[in-house]
Amino acid sequence: MFVANQPASNPILIQLNRLCKAYELTDRSGELINHPVLFDINLTINQSEFVAIMGHSGSGKSTLMNILGCLDTPTSGNYWLSGRDVATMNSAELARIRNQNIGFVFQSFNLLKRMTALENVAIPLLYAGIGRKESLKRSQAMLDLIGLGKYRDHLPNQLSGGQQQRVAISRALINQPQILLADEPTGNLDSQTSHDIMTLFTQLNRNQGITIVLITHENDIASYAHRLIHLKDGHIVEDEARLSN
Amino acid sequence: MNLFVIIGEALRALKLNRLRTGLTMLGMIIGVAAVVLMLSIGQGAQININNTIASMGSHLLIIVPGATSSGGLRFGSGSVRTLTISDAQAVAELPSIEAAAPVISGIAQLSYSANNWSTSITGVTPDYFPVSNWEIADGSIFAEADLRSAIRVAVLGKVTAENLFGNEDPIGRTFRIANKPFLVVGILAAKGQSLSGRDQDDNVFVPITTAQRQILGNQFPGSINHMLVQAKSSDTLDEAEAEITQLLRQRHRITDKMENDFTVRNLTALATVASTTAKVMAWMLGAIASISLLVGGIGIMNIMLVSVTERTREIGIRMAIGASYRIILMQFLLEALFICILGGLMGVALGVGGAWMVSQSTDMPIVVTFNMIGLAFIFVTIIGIFFGFYPARKAAALKPVDALRYE
Ligand SMILES: Nc1ncnc2c1ncn2[C@@H]1O[C@H](COP(=O)(O)OP(=O)(O)O)[C@@H](O)[C@H]1O
Ligand SMILES: [Mg+2]
Repeated sequence: MFVANQPASNPILIQLNRLCKAYELTDRSGELINHPVLFDINLTINQSEFVAIMGHSGSGKSTLMNILGCLDTPTSGNYWLSGRDVATMNSAELARIRNQNIGFVFQSFNLLKRMTALENVAIPLLYAGIGRKESLKRSQAMLDLIGLGKYRDHLPNQLSGGQQQRVAISRALINQPQILLADEPTGNLDSQTSHDIMTLFTQLNRNQGITIVLITHENDIASYAHRLIHLKDGHIVEDEARLSN
Repeated sequence: MNLFVIIGEALRALKLNRLRTGLTMLGMIIGVAAVVLMLSIGQGAQININNTIASMGSHLLIIVPGATSSGGLRFGSGSVRTLTISDAQAVAELPSIEAAAPVISGIAQLSYSANNWSTSITGVTPDYFPVSNWEIADGSIFAEADLRSAIRVAVLGKVTAENLFGNEDPIGRTFRIANKPFLVVGILAAKGQSLSGRDQDDNVFVPITTAQRQILGNQFPGSINHMLVQAKSSDTLDEAEAEITQLLRQRHRITDKMENDFTVRNLTALATVASTTAKVMAWMLGAIASISLLVGGIGIMNIMLVSVTERTREIGIRMAIGASYRIILMQFLLEALFICILGGLMGVALGVGGAWMVSQSTDMPIVVTFNMIGLAFIFVTIIGIFFGFYPARKAAALKPVDALRYE
């Protein structure tokens, strides 16, 4: 196993210590089956890193990502986020972290179907307790910034895939999170749009210092990242630093 | 997230599913309307009865001829003529008795110019009017002296007076009862229906002696149909009943082994029973109507559960971008509450409208009180919270990752 020397300059943001995840399934006879997916994951990610996670389908990438995003809980081991043990937080604190500190981008965009682009972007602000008017104003500014200002009143199904993903990214960024977690964000996009999205990610990372963790199985997408982690059957088999391009 | 925003979200979700929301609401509308209507009809009936009781006179006993058989009261006292006017005079002398009013009654034909009218003729003594709480609206009642001479004077009930004389003032006019001329000396104030539903204002009162000898003439001189007895107070009613029984048994020479040939009934007790029955009826109507509210509530729970399942993925997305347990819970709970409260509002409107229509088409007084409307609202709110809580909690308790993965 090859472990890269990590940039020591920035404080630690994410730290996983012997983290395991197993799903419990019931088979046809009703018996519980333990299905381990992640094994003894040790991982440290510093602030402002740009990390890509690669691996075959089923290797546990999404499972790991969901735990990082506080959407799921590990079976054993520890996860410290900004020095706090996530296991000690209650559901309200976790919701707050998801709202304030983490931005999510999904392969399937996951916009709310019956809301306009503008409203989709505004929801995290509303959940943060900001008034509707102010929320919509800030969302409009965000959409303008990302170049979708005139699509504000479009419903998700009235937007192209790339546009939808940019709306989703706007939504993920609206509360200025420290971390952006993206699970195959370009999986449903053509290559030109994919590269546009990756350019955006690179800018966010470089200009605003946002930590990005990205899952992909495309090498040229992964090449935007500065650090590459390979997962295989629930183990980290490779963790290397890249020169930024 | 402030409450107004959650309210907005809940209203939005309801608006997006108009038909479903409307149909679910219909359950509430019908339920609340039924409860309001039933309660107001019940309340109206109760007020009706209470008015009647108030008009009846207080601490009254009624004595009718004939024994109480094991199967209850034997009516049809026409054939049994065991009570007489002198019985009444003797009863009036008893220490616990305020007054005793003998009554004979029958039906006769009245006529005035071209008007003919067949109605009840009641032969009474002047005591009858205060005892049974009649008030004189015009003119006066006849005097004790008129009894002895059995003169032809009459006091008319309001309805009879109107039927016979129309717009004319009846006082001092002469009309005919069974073809004999009678002078109208007084008109009584209206009293409405009796407990048994008879119109008490369609009645002609004449001196009891006149009724006996000149109109209803019978083969048993001095016999009466019943007597009304007023006790000195409601506390002495039992005492009065005992005294009357003892006195009448003695007067009728009834030996120890024989049954009474008369029956003493406590009118106040009867009235209380009637009033209690009306109250129970009112609550029962309300209870039956509230079952439809309950069914409406179950409908809401059903729809909310469907809605939670349908929107599982949406819930997952909302959680991923920061919705807390409380926010999801509130959103779904408010959806249920809105259906209930909006449905409740429309139900109250429908119920009050229905009550108004009933009161227009019958002469029943219908009472809609703010208490009732308040009660309906508290009820729908409780139903909304009760039936909305389980689906809302189910939504809020979803694990974000499971909700997101839901197809
Ligand atoms: N909710 C679940 N219940 C049971 N098994 C699951 C669940 N989610 C994922 N798995 C299993 O965990 C393994 C890893 O899945 P995942 O993390 O989605 O892989 P990847 O994203 O790398 O393709 C797979 O074998 C999958 O079948
Ligand atoms: Mg995956």
